[in-house]
Amino acid sequence: MSHLKREVITSSGISPELSRFLINSGIERIRACIQCGTCTASCPSTGRTAYRTRMLIRKILLGLKEETLASEDLWLCTTCYTCSERCPRKIDVTNAILLLRNLAVKEGFMLGPHRDVARYLIAQGHAVPIDEETKKKRERLELPTLPPTVHSFPTALNEVQTLVKIAGFETLVEHGEKQR
Amino acid sequence: MKHAFYLGCIVPNRYPNIEKATRVTLPRLGIELEDMKGASCCPAPGVIKSFDRLTWLLLSARNLCIAEEMGLDVLTLCNGCYATLKEANTILTGNEKERRKINEMLSAIGRKFNGSIKVKHVAEVLYRDVGLDAIRSSVKRRLSVKVAAHYGCHIMKPTDLREWNTIERPTFLDEMIEATGASSVPYRNRMMCCGAGGGLRSGILDVALDMLREKLENMKQAGAECIVDICPFCHLQFDAGQIQLEEKFKAVYNIPVVYYTQLLGIAMELSENEVGLKMNKVAVANLFGPEKI
Repeated sequence: MSHLKREVITSSGISPELSRFLINSGIERIRACIQCGTCTASCPSTGRTAYRTRMLIRKILLGLKEETLASEDLWLCTTCYTCSERCPRKIDVTNAILLLRNLAVKEGFMLGPHRDVARYLIAQGHAVPIDEETKKKRERLELPTLPPTVHSFPTALNEVQTLVKIAGFETLVEHGEKQR
Repeated sequence: MKHAFYLGCIVPNRYPNIEKATRVTLPRLGIELEDMKGASCCPAPGVIKSFDRLTWLLLSARNLCIAEEMGLDVLTLCNGCYATLKEANTILTGNEKERRKINEMLSAIGRKFNGSIKVKHVAEVLYRDVGLDAIRSSVKRRLSVKVAAHYGCHIMKPTDLREWNTIERPTFLDEMIEATGASSVPYRNRMMCCGAGGGLRSGILDVALDMLREKLENMKQAGAECIVDICPFCHLQFDAGQIQLEEKFKAVYNIPVVYYTQLLGIAMELSENEVGLKMNKVAVANLFGPEKI
């Protein structure tokens, strides 16, 4: 009967930190959740993954910090905003998820490919930088080989890199990897 | 009507054919485009905003400053860039505390955000400023193709930071498509996300592709001969994603993907070199008549 065993949540792993963080960040409505499941029913990840938006909200309100921030579930949201738009309690679920992702990254939880995207931005000023195949396409279309973006202006790239340093983004991305 | 032309990443660095089609079609409708020299990634709302809101807001403020110095409203081609730049513009204009903090940081590169311009998506400019009548008059060859319209999420959502006031049953893109003579076919769960957003495509590809498969299946069942989109990231998901679906899951759809300004270009009887349809990964053979493309 082991499959019938229920997971017991004890008070030791519980902290109000997450809901407090969201409330202080402007998602006060999270407290109004009635667990109706409109968010789950609206979510494109439902039905193809085990992720359930309603469960995420419940975990946040219960105070399961580590479980929420460390879970890959947090990254199954496409930020389509359908849950936020349809929530009958007007909870901005999508922005809550974005805020929690920021917190997860601070704690070192980041998917490998995402760290690469962040590194592209830091190094080249584009999250999707130009490649050789596209350079050739541009030439065939009689467009300049490099677009008139940071790719064509080294001083502009310097500006971006200065701002990235000021915001502490590089430290955030690389420090996180050490923690993991 | 002159606009500051914001390219973003995917258009110039993956789909320059969308850039070319836009540069050729818009001036024919009275829209002049001036390049935003030295602009960077918007930065992408799904990934960078998920990682660090401050970096996201600061770099988008820098992009907005470039347009402010040009004294022109921004025109973007991408729902993601539109989301970032429009939201950052709204936040920084409306919130003095955030503006002051961002401006302190921007002073390191000698820039300042003033909140003097607007951010517009090309669909907004075409539908609202140019108008359907002008689009119809620019059409030289009425198209007859059956189209599955894909709006994408961030063109309309979140509604409190947009001006469309609709999310479940919009019609503006359908009207724009039908202005070329093409017909926009209804299909199941039309407003569903393409699956690329929120860092899902880069982070957990298989799930993103499964969403794509569902969308393509619904489009196929409705008899769509091609997809028309207004977001290069959705475009990449539909176009490059179909190749990945075939390679990874042996799911073959072969539905050509056309960005709206490309569709417009075909209706204006522009050449392949101006519209660049063949540069998409999914072949478009005979879609608009063999003699033309």
